[in-house]
Amino acid sequence: MSGYPPEFRESIRIVEETREKRLEEKYPLMGDKEKEELLRKWHPDYKPEQKRRIRVGASKGELAPLEVADLLEAHSRLRNIYKDLDLSEPDYDVDILIIGGGGAGASAALWAHYSGVPADRILIATKLRFGDANTKMAQGGIQAADKDYDSPVIHFLDVMRGGHYTNDPKLVKILVTTAPFIIKWLEDLGVMFDKEENGEMIEISGGGTSRYRMHSAGDYTGLEIMRVLMDEVLNKGINTLEFSPAVELLMDDKGQVAGAVLMNLETEEYLIVRAKATILTTGGFGRLHIQGFQTTNHYGATMDGVVMAYRVGATIRDLDSVQYHPTGAAWPPQIAGQLVTEKVRGLGAQLVNIEGNQFVYPLEPRDVVAAAIIRECRGRKKGIRTPVGTWGVWLDSPMIEIIRGEGTIERYLPAMLRQFKRFGIDIRKEPILVYPTLHYQNGGIRINTQCQVLGSGDKPIPNLFAAGEVTGGVHGKNRLMGNSLLEITVFGRLAGIHAAKHIGKVKLGKLTLDHVRRWEEMLEREGIKTDLEAPILLPDYRGDIVYR
Amino acid sequence: MPSRGKNNGEKVEEEKRRYVTIYFMGKRYRVPAGLTILKALEYLGYRLIRGVGCRGGFCGACTTVYRKHGDYRLYVGLACQTPVEDGMYLTQIPFVPAEKPRYDIEKMSPSSSVVLALFPEIARCIACNTCTKVCPQELQVMDAIQAILRGDIAKAARLTFDCISCGSCTLRCPAEIQHFYVFQLVRRLYGKYIAPKAKHLEKRVKEIEQGLYEDKLNKVISGGPELWRDLAEKLIKGVEIEEVIQG
Repeated sequence: MSGYPPEFRESIRIVEETREKRLEEKYPLMGDKEKEELLRKWHPDYKPEQKRRIRVGASKGELAPLEVADLLEAHSRLRNIYKDLDLSEPDYDVDILIIGGGGAGASAALWAHYSGVPADRILIATKLRFGDANTKMAQGGIQAADKDYDSPVIHFLDVMRGGHYTNDPKLVKILVTTAPFIIKWLEDLGVMFDKEENGEMIEISGGGTSRYRMHSAGDYTGLEIMRVLMDEVLNKGINTLEFSPAVELLMDDKGQVAGAVLMNLETEEYLIVRAKATILTTGGFGRLHIQGFQTTNHYGATMDGVVMAYRVGATIRDLDSVQYHPTGAAWPPQIAGQLVTEKVRGLGAQLVNIEGNQFVYPLEPRDVVAAAIIRECRGRKKGIRTPVGTWGVWLDSPMIEIIRGEGTIERYLPAMLRQFKRFGIDIRKEPILVYPTLHYQNGGIRINTQCQVLGSGDKPIPNLFAAGEVTGGVHGKNRLMGNSLLEITVFGRLAGIHAAKHIGKVKLGKLTLDHVRRWEEMLEREGIKTDLEAPILLPDYRGDIVYR
Repeated sequence: MPSRGKNNGEKVEEEKRRYVTIYFMGKRYRVPAGLTILKALEYLGYRLIRGVGCRGGFCGACTTVYRKHGDYRLYVGLACQTPVEDGMYLTQIPFVPAEKPRYDIEKMSPSSSVVLALFPEIARCIACNTCTKVCPQELQVMDAIQAILRGDIAKAARLTFDCISCGSCTLRCPAEIQHFYVFQLVRRLYGKYIAPKAKHLEKRVKEIEQGLYEDKLNKVISGGPELWRDLAEKLIKGVEIEEVIQG
């Protein structure tokens, strides 16, 4: 029984008929010029009418998607009450406050603790449950150059190429040289990586990588890493405060960051946290549905960290660049937009149009593949039109079992197999219909090599650190697969270590929210009229079946 | 769809096809057929804080307990992955109470006695298999508990690898086992003590610590974008897509 409607039958037959011929076929890599042209014409990032310049703040004048610019120019949620909040007796008084309970936050907490900060002096505040984050949804893998045929230098070059050479090379150097250490750390914590009998890591390729260096744990790689990190954080006795997102950073009267105002999501009571160092690990912006795209992201991915940091003077970079994952589910509609891991292509599945032909090499960088799929559907009209009016192309997953043998999908893609089986589709026998989906915030808050948040003139904002998707620089304008799980662990760790070093020097003054007053005055001065308050914390889907 | 030109009987039929009746916490609603439970609740105007997470079947936050009209069985599913059916009586589980024992993974061994010391209740397993029947991931939950009792930590780790800690088994277990914490420990014991270590990884970490790549990397970095582009393009063209996983 197929979960696909009868309308798809004919084009699935063509995919099956052409499979044998395609098995022999390698689609040529695109040249630089061809690539640039494709991106300019078809990648959603290259539509000037979908962006505007930010009119306020430390990165005034930078381009951002409309949805991002709107949030960066929004009012504070505390604009009417900041004067009345009693800051004199904080509800929590800690050395390190970590905002965000995903992989970066957990890594920061553990490494701050390893660096000597007592567990009860660290607090992780999180919007939903601890561990509810995009980390858990990362399926495909984590990169590290740890085999003889590979080196951190090669990894460096791949990362730079993926980011169109716009990345911060100093941050990339840290990423690639810490990568093997991080995998070792995770292995020692008990992460069940896919290995050969002799312990050698099974590593496959990812889009834009020139060597096989993708480590994985089935297609639950992020889940496996996250649950081990969570377990370890809880073992150490580090405090977590769930359903308590930050709504604004706190400052002191010397102009330093000094903690945050949290909100109990259920009672809407505010909680004051004083902290000598604050680490933002809030993740990205998928739930803003930029340009109306579906998203792979977690419910809470609403760019809170960038919004709050921007109000205390942080600068941003590359926020104009959005990662659309080439292969989001395009059918069934119940899971439209959800991730179909790049590992499916890494294992050999090709992308195929309605005529049964390939139209792009499946492991080009993500932006290139995404643009090629959009062109195939919107431009050349060789995609598959679904009964609900959306488009898709076939990802020929049954090829995997032909190339690598029966049982490969069950062993290496259990989550994908299960996801589609729930809707009557067996991806071992039938191809997957896919279309690009909003996946990742490439840019974000600017940081230095110690994860300190940078304000105007590259001056660190006192006591404020950031790591993970909330930051920009590591991936430049486009991230490669397997470098986000790596980024959150590498830079989460670094933020924890540097925050731990930093707190010895910190003397906090009197707590204040005067920056909220200044922010509101600035909006007024710039003539910005908006009803929007941010961070928005959660998207509102009530009554809405567009994003279904 | 416009229904002009159709008689009333057809209209009723079409309406039946396109909408289903569900009961949320005892209240009756009509919702479009085909929505997942999660999206049906949002369609009705519920703004969810509990019982929602990744929305993609990975986090286990949206455990839903339901019965169906004319069926005595109690079902469990993930709200984000389960389409609504006519006559569903739904309850969202906001939280599964369970206590995680603290331990030092560095000072353990992969044996059933270690697991039993922390979770003595697993010895109370009566092999009723309710846990297996209720698992939305279709894992062999009871077999995993039994494997631990037999000392087969590796098997238990493999059987529970796809666990998303939704806690459905833990809620139904007559022996009051807290499966998802038991399984977390078991997997870590496997990953740390049973799975063979990656020797090449250790070697590379040492090489980096000794500064083996420092000069090369700095040289490349100082070459700037032009050099990066030249080298990277050469690299990528040498890639061969070949068999990397031994079937």
